Amino acid sequence: MSVMTTLTRRELSGHFLCLRGYIILSGVQLLMGGSLLTVVYLLNGRAYDLPLTEKFPQTEFFWLVLLMISPVITMRTFAQEKSSGTFETLMTTPVSDIQVVFAKFLGSYFFYLTAFLPMLLYPFILERYTHESVAVDAGALLSLGLGITLFGSFFMALGCFASSLTRSQIVAAVLTFAFGTCLFMLGYFADLQPPEMKWWHYIFQHISMLKHMEDFSTGIVDSRHILYYLSLTALFLFLTTKSIGSQKWK
Amino acid sequence: MADSQSDSGIMIEVQNLTKYYGARAAIKDLSFSIPRGEIIGFLGPNGAGKSTTMRIIAGYLSASSGSACIAGFDVTKKSEEVRRRIGFMPENNPLHEDMRVREYLKFRARIKGLTSQKSRNRAEEVIEQFDLYDTRNSIIGELSKGFRQRVGLADALIHEPELLVLDEPTIGLDPHQIRTVRQHIKSMGGQHTILMSSHILPEVEVTCSRVLIFHEGNIRANDTPRALENSMGERHKITVELKASLEDLNQTWEEMAEVEYHRVSPAEGDFFRSILTPRDGEDLRPRISALARARGWPLKELTRDRHTLEDIFIHITRSEEEF
Repeated sequence: MSVMTTLTRRELSGHFLCLRGYIILSGVQLLMGGSLLTVVYLLNGRAYDLPLTEKFPQTEFFWLVLLMISPVITMRTFAQEKSSGTFETLMTTPVSDIQVVFAKFLGSYFFYLTAFLPMLLYPFILERYTHESVAVDAGALLSLGLGITLFGSFFMALGCFASSLTRSQIVAAVLTFAFGTCLFMLGYFADLQPPEMKWWHYIFQHISMLKHMEDFSTGIVDSRHILYYLSLTALFLFLTTKSIGSQKWK
Repeated sequence: MADSQSDSGIMIEVQNLTKYYGARAAIKDLSFSIPRGEIIGFLGPNGAGKSTTMRIIAGYLSASSGSACIAGFDVTKKSEEVRRRIGFMPENNPLHEDMRVREYLKFRARIKGLTSQKSRNRAEEVIEQFDLYDTRNSIIGELSKGFRQRVGLADALIHEPELLVLDEPTIGLDPHQIRTVRQHIKSMGGQHTILMSSHILPEVEVTCSRVLIFHEGNIRANDTPRALENSMGERHKITVELKASLEDLNQTWEEMAEVEYHRVSPAEGDFFRSILTPRDGEDLRPRISALARARGWPLKELTRDRHTLEDIFIHITRSEEEF
């Protein structure tokens, strides 16, 4: 376990030791701030009865952040080590493939969560300027947080897998972004209401991230959504481990 | 075989090791065994299979067929046990550029399974051993190549492995740094078995107790540097510079039965230089010096060519193209 902690800490500190980490953090704050502003403008002068959090997934900024942040965080995990050669020094120490994959995943995941931490301040900001303590529903905020957390775990695992396939960080980022965006776009089809519901329509509805986040943002915690993200995370971590193990045979 | 005693005298046992990259075989059917405590040099041109063999031994690559055992543990079946016993420094010595020297060494010690306390102690010890005290808080990316190399060696040694595998440890260093690194390697020789690769021949000659010459994925020679030199002993030529007339010299060498060929050419002043090839490897120097004294010829030089590792290396790695 201590080896895992050491590896994870190294991974996490790697994000904080370079300029890129701070650019990511600033970028997320900027876009999420934009998202908050949009929400406030949308509501300007109007009465509302829904939790404010529900408005977040309806802004472009929110999805831009979610889809962009994962590739830029995870692209370095394996690709950078492979191109610099440190992967060789890492894999010739008595650590197992699973330990390495988990440490890289957790390191990136903690960094991802750090980027969203300032969102916890939003209720206080709103309260201060609206002078209404009921502006934000704590339960809905928490479930939105859970949504972001689950979404992140899947995307971090996906990003680690893409990074394990290549030596090029750019290729890893593009792969993650392309796959993630495709999956996201599929969800849009679920929103197109055709005259009759076909079988594929149900599938799209089931995998629609837009729908998942909408539920989470209104405070609905559906175990099917949780299972969906957790199983995808597990699948991609498994694939990453296999990808790392297979490199010995190249 | 996989579980021959780990305390036996054999450190590395390689049998019929073959590795394909696609359709190309990087190494073909290698077999050798290496006793504990030796410093072994892998010698060979680029692409001869040295790095591939080292990577398999270090557990980074898997062989296509054949087996390799380190201290009695099979590198594929007991990979973790093997990696615990090996300190590996890959070619070009990759390091985490963003970390500080001591931080890096402690990190490496931890992932190699040392406890927190032990990691700290060992980091201090190797910092001392490799003269890194003044740079212990420097960022690795800002260090000169010589220092980086020492950090790499310190890392390879930090968990006190039984076997050190160093791939081209002196590549890209200036002569002064090469000397320092070489001294460090020699000083580690006592307690550890060391496997190093190089294509710098004098380096291997002075550092290693045994040399394996690689060529096109095969091992062409496996012996001590001295024995390899002697293996070509019968070809040792003798150079002698005497003050005598050309006719006298030619006549003398023709009369001497042990001389197979001779060639006489004028040298500085009245001296002539003769290059003699002895018939059966005999050292003719005592006879020639006695002869010169008897005839009253002033003698300026009398040497016997020693075949350097370089001659042997060229001889071995060229033979393929010639035949």
